[in-house]
Amino acid sequence: MGILSKKDAALILDPLADNNPITIQVLGICSALAITAELEASIVMAVSVLFVMGMGNVVISLMRNIIPSKIRIIVQLVVVATLVIVVDQVLKAFAYELSKTLSVFVGLIITNCIIMGRFEAFALANGPKRSFLDGIGNAAGYGFILVVIGFFRELLGSGTLLGIKVLGDPIEKTGLYAFGYENNGFMLLSPMALIVVGIIIWVQRSRNPALIEEN
Amino acid sequence: MLEHIELFFKSIFIDNMVFATFLGMCSYLAVSKKVTTAVGLGAAVIFVLAVTVPLNWLLDQYLLRDGALAWLGPEYADYNLSFLSFILFIATIATMVQLVEIVVEKFSPSLYNSLGIFLPLIAVNCAILGGSLFMQSRDIQTLGLAFNYGLSSGIGWFLAILAIAAIREKIRYSNVPAPLRGLGITFIITGLMAIGFMSFGGMLTGGDEAAPQEEVVAVAPTQEVSGLTADATQQDLTQKENGTVQEETPATNNLINK
Repeated sequence: MGILSKKDAALILDPLADNNPITIQVLGICSALAITAELEASIVMAVSVLFVMGMGNVVISLMRNIIPSKIRIIVQLVVVATLVIVVDQVLKAFAYELSKTLSVFVGLIITNCIIMGRFEAFALANGPKRSFLDGIGNAAGYGFILVVIGFFRELLGSGTLLGIKVLGDPIEKTGLYAFGYENNGFMLLSPMALIVVGIIIWVQRSRNPALIEEN
Repeated sequence: MLEHIELFFKSIFIDNMVFATFLGMCSYLAVSKKVTTAVGLGAAVIFVLAVTVPLNWLLDQYLLRDGALAWLGPEYADYNLSFLSFILFIATIATMVQLVEIVVEKFSPSLYNSLGIFLPLIAVNCAILGGSLFMQSRDIQTLGLAFNYGLSSGIGWFLAILAIAAIREKIRYSNVPAPLRGLGITFIITGLMAIGFMSFGGMLTGGDEAAPQEEVVAVAPTQEVSGLTADATQQDLTQKENGTVQEETPATNNLINK
């Protein structure tokens, strides 16, 4: 980490594990669950949030001294909404099918609590460079969980990854299917996303008992 | 009238905001530790949704959608401003929430004390923006239906948070595995409740469309599954839950195989 000081590096690395936005801070759950039935959609969502958060944190941080505190929520919403419109239009132009899959959940990045949470907690009090790193770090922590959920749901639910049949062909009965393996279609339904997140939380907290909550 | 009743029950049970589309999960998880606070937040969500969805419907109808500006004159008929809907919807919501807060504080201090602290939280609740965006993408036809949609989605959300808060109050006395305590077990319980709510998919069999509850996940197989759940009402109610869960897996698999 030659370029970044230790403190700056921590801004990026902390949210990836012990201060993860989804599993520890409980922010931004909605989109994490709804669009993770396929790995591709999860990755696109993660990248979109990365863009919006990095840029948004910089913009808010640059304006932090001129925003009157009474109307800061609305200023923040306008900044996020503008960035999200950019993302939405880009997706519609270059990945139309995918933007149909994500449907309203691109728009819901606006109310993704991670973004507003970081604006409030970090960007309003820190300079642009540190805010940018914080934004990238938190978005990466969010994206990481999204990709993990998407990976398991697509692999177990449809036996594919990014649309490639990694477990063999279920009709021709090749690969694993030759031994009688069946896809678990239940993984594609929405409730399983919640249960997968629950299991991730379980694994994470078993590995690091300091995170365990009081009952 | 019939479509009003249909939409009402569909939005509460089948397209339940929390269990079918995961909207408003953040506050759902954060504010569900006690039943009393959950009731306060739930009531505020019902109220704000019932106000903002019809407002945004008007905006969408007369300003944003393709050709919506035709009422200004024929030369404006070609404009399509729908790319602006995010920013307009969120601005309407934030303004309305502020306005409601001020009005309630002025005229009903007691209501403000129980409801008021939740109102600022709600401006950034995805259930509210999600309600407006779904209203737009599901192409709701009249102002009355939009109001109905907002109100009933809010009631669905209220039911969900009330149920989980009651369960969490009880679960405090149970011996949950330590790493699952708090957040983890809440997720898993919500997942189980969502599976339970899927059985409501059979409620609307008479209509011409069969419960598109999974359209958010938007993969073809799940829609077929909801169709299948709809058929299941023909069976005995007690058989239904077992029946759907068992039938779903092979049916989905076949579809994926195609």
